[in-house]
Amino acid sequence: MDFFHSLILVLDSTVRLSIPLLLAALAGLYSERSGVFDIGLEGKMLAGAFAAGAAAAVTGSAWAGLGAAMLISVFLALVHGFASITHRGNQIVSGVAINFIAAGSTIILGQAWFRQGGRTPSLPGDARFGAVELPFAGAVRDVPILGDIYSELISGHSLLTYAAFLLVPFTWWVLFRTRFGLRLRAVGENPAAVDTAGVSVSWLRYRAVICTGILTGMAGTYLSLAQNAGFVKDMTAGRGFIALAALIFAKWKPVPVMFACLLFGFLDAFAIRIQGTPLPLIGQVPVQFMQALPYILTVVLLAGFIGKAVPPRAGGVPYVKER
Amino acid sequence: MSAPYAKLPAWADYGLIPLINLAVAFLVAGLVVMLVGENPFRAAAILVEGALGRGQNIAYTLYYATSFIFTGLAVAVAFHCSLFNIGGEGQAYVGGLGVAVVCLAFDSILPWWLVFPLAIVGAALFGAAWAFIPAYFQAKRGSHIVITTIMFNFIAASLMVYLLVNVLKPAGAQAPQTRNFLEGGQLPKLNWVLEAMGFSIRSAPFNLSFLLALLAAFLVWVLIWRTRLGYEIRMRGFSPKAARYAGVSETKIIIITMLISGALAGMMALNPVMGDQNRLQIDFVTGAGFVGIAVALMGRSHPAGIVPAAILFGMLYQGGAELAFEMPNISRDMIVIIQGLVILFAGALEHMFRPSIQALFASLSPRSAGIEAQQGEGG
Repeated sequence: MDFFHSLILVLDSTVRLSIPLLLAALAGLYSERSGVFDIGLEGKMLAGAFAAGAAAAVTGSAWAGLGAAMLISVFLALVHGFASITHRGNQIVSGVAINFIAAGSTIILGQAWFRQGGRTPSLPGDARFGAVELPFAGAVRDVPILGDIYSELISGHSLLTYAAFLLVPFTWWVLFRTRFGLRLRAVGENPAAVDTAGVSVSWLRYRAVICTGILTGMAGTYLSLAQNAGFVKDMTAGRGFIALAALIFAKWKPVPVMFACLLFGFLDAFAIRIQGTPLPLIGQVPVQFMQALPYILTVVLLAGFIGKAVPPRAGGVPYVKER
Repeated sequence: MSAPYAKLPAWADYGLIPLINLAVAFLVAGLVVMLVGENPFRAAAILVEGALGRGQNIAYTLYYATSFIFTGLAVAVAFHCSLFNIGGEGQAYVGGLGVAVVCLAFDSILPWWLVFPLAIVGAALFGAAWAFIPAYFQAKRGSHIVITTIMFNFIAASLMVYLLVNVLKPAGAQAPQTRNFLEGGQLPKLNWVLEAMGFSIRSAPFNLSFLLALLAAFLVWVLIWRTRLGYEIRMRGFSPKAARYAGVSETKIIIITMLISGALAGMMALNPVMGDQNRLQIDFVTGAGFVGIAVALMGRSHPAGIVPAAILFGMLYQGGAELAFEMPNISRDMIVIIQGLVILFAGALEHMFRPSIQALFASLSPRSAGIEAQQGEGG
């Protein structure tokens, strides 16, 4: 029973740790499926987290924070689109640029506006997305096993958590069951065909990067308004890149993306849990190894040792309309 | 790479357009300074004064520039092969391990001028080794080098923390760093060169590796434009198909290019580790690997452009430190913004102003703007 309870606790923190990854990876899914590579997820998420923290601190409303985060993330996504769709610039270079601009400006503006060393002020409960108690969570707590699962694992997360999980089937539906999704995938594989069909490649790709912006804004909001009570500098700490890794790991498909993010979240939660305690058979595992594991797994996957990850065919290539 | 743009005269292509891009980047940075509530012109004046005002400041500027020359060259060499080595940060970090291993082994028995060449080899070997795996996977298995090198940056960070905490830290010490190197592991400073020019310097970490960086820049120029290997690298970069058709082994060229790139990034570690701190410590690279991307883009991947670009970024780093002192609202992170803006405007948006400049040239003198070429494309 004790083991079971600690398993529930690890799974609970798995969910908490994987939500920002899930939102960011779904964000990347839209952009990359349309043929626009995006290594600026990290930067957009960071800028979103800052905007959410700042707006919530000023207005006292979590929803205003979410709105501000989405706005600023969409703006950065549009900068990426402007560079890589309109001006056919190198998408990787543009993503790198956005990461730096976000990393620098969140600290500079945070310091100038709030004077707390790059943080935003600590937020009270109603300016955050707090835990949502699902109905009867308290009542069934004492039921063995199922009660534990329901009240600890399923109930008690923030609204954004539930939204993130709902976004997985929604994204699947958009991509595979709507006309927009069909065209979006087509434009990532063969833009010339879409162009021939009389559909604007640029406008489709712009809509895709806007979706990316909205979702990275949510990911950032989750970090600063749900997981923490305010923005701390560099709070994304490489999560944008782990999300990118999860996206590749899941071969650019929505449901596998969720499982990849849960796996990486679990690795993180597990590493925190076992810190310092030796494992049976293997002995003591260095915490640094556990931290590096998502990256190592991604490299191994990319090298084609666990199935092959084939990116959208037109990914990274700017589309030049025939003249 | 297909260029959907007509040609411009060389001086406009290599001089005017980069300058315009750079000016726009600084203009936007100025707007950020205004947003923070400071005067951008005063900020710029303090920055330049802080970077070049006194001998002390110049020495620091050149110290930072040394690191950026190495990382800029590393990115540039890979660019010529149309590879994007984003892993300079990790390669430099691991390169530091090579420097430290050599210095810890030999600093008590050999003089610095014998340890230095060994340390160069160590840095280059370790840096190249860290670039080898992504290169091999790119060449043999087609895994995207951008993603693998990003992943290797994180893996390098974890690995180095592990090694410093568990292996390299002397017993009983608190901080995760190696012991201090003895005389044999310390590079001589070059401050006397500046002092001979009439500047006064109290103490600055400007050291011998600066000369090595200049030598490396020259050798990269020789390699890329004056050797058969360089020709093959550029050919692979310009058109992989043409290279394959000409009998160049793509696998070999990708791996060799990345090994050179990694070695250059690794050699960056000589500057802080052997030239300044005289020990290996956590996060000594402090983003220099990423600055290399901006430097290479700004210098258009040519050593003659990379050295001044690196010095400019050295000025930003040193001047930025002084600026943070004078204007508490503007910390050193301002440099990160400028870096991002330079990468955006000189890299991703490099073609933004081209059409309008072309139109301008075409109206002034049709022949210089290569109107014939445009007509050839069917206008």
